[in-house]
Amino acid sequence: MNIGKSVIIKGELSGSEDLTIEGHVEGRIDLKDNVLTIGPNGKIKAEVFAKAVIVLGEVTGNVTASEKVDIRDNGSVDGDIASPRVAIAEGAHFRGSVDMQRSGAKPAAAKPATPGAPATQQSQQQGGQQPQGQRVGA
Amino acid sequence: MADATRSLTDLFGMLGPRRVADGGSVADSAAPISDAAYPSKALHKFLTGLQSTANPVLLDLGPVVGSNVTFFGEQLGCRIRVEDIASDIDRHVKAGTIDGLAGFFAARFTQAPGTVDGILCWDVLDYLDRPAAQALATSLCRLLRPEGCLLGFFSTADSKDQVYTKYVVVDESTLRYRTYPALRPRQRSLLNGDVIKLFKELRVTDSFLMKSKLREMLFRKPAPR
Repeated sequence: MNIGKSVIIKGELSGSEDLTIEGHVEGRIDLKDNVLTIGPNGKIKAEVFAKAVIVLGEVTGNVTASEKVDIRDNGSVDGDIASPRVAIAEGAHFRGSVDMQRSGAKPAAAKPATPGAPATQQSQQQGGQQPQGQRVGA
Repeated sequence: MADATRSLTDLFGMLGPRRVADGGSVADSAAPISDAAYPSKALHKFLTGLQSTANPVLLDLGPVVGSNVTFFGEQLGCRIRVEDIASDIDRHVKAGTIDGLAGFFAARFTQAPGTVDGILCWDVLDYLDRPAAQALATSLCRLLRPEGCLLGFFSTADSKDQVYTKYVVVDESTLRYRTYPALRPRQRSLLNGDVIKLFKELRVTDSFLMKSKLREMLFRKPAPR
């Protein structure tokens, strides 16, 4: 399903099939079980909910995807992203936060000692080699 | 002969940065002037420091690097916010308001105090004069929660090259330094004591002088008594 370049939609857009938008949409887009593609000409000012979102155009608003958000080269997102997988291509524009929270947090068992001792005992090493025993800098 | 050549190659590989073949295209504004991989000692410790926190909040002060967002997201399951300080500096240079940077940084961040678990400061402080660096450092200390970590890089060599560096995470012990044009060179390099004064509310937990002439420093905010 395509929304063409000349189409402008204001309001709520929902559906149960994959959708490609080349036009303008303002409001809310809800495709929870489907893939939303914002084409190179697409301009979205909306809260977006989908299974996967592929951005080649411009999005202003928060994007939530249950599987993946993919901002391609020249794609632009100005808003917060929540998705377990996020890919941002070199050359893409992004301004906001990315929330990739896992459903089950990693257990803390594997953690070694917390980073370091107090400043008086700080480790000062030369280029990844063995400690040199010399003060660094000042 | 072949063995001797290989030995020399190995030797040069140990002495210098690893040149990384990169056939991928990048945007014009981010065209790399150089792109080499270097070891990192502090990144691993930074990650370790955050792994005990479930779904930590991370603040990245560098430009957006998609692969870094993916890396930190997958490693930590974190919420990461990217606030590109280099673009702030360039904007002020263009507008001729560079003297107002200190005031700008004092009100730059909208997050509530003590809500950030980790800050990737990279080398942004090298590009600031003393008042602006102090204003930014004070803001970062305020944002960091008790026991939170801050990773900062500081050049030990003065340079007038007008480039910023994107630090692209290859793995937890390797970073690729990818430079791109800047409107301002690094300012005078900060001495160890200067850095400690900037972050006087934090405790230095690790400091590594790397062969890349960067000092990698890891800070932690002490828990309130």
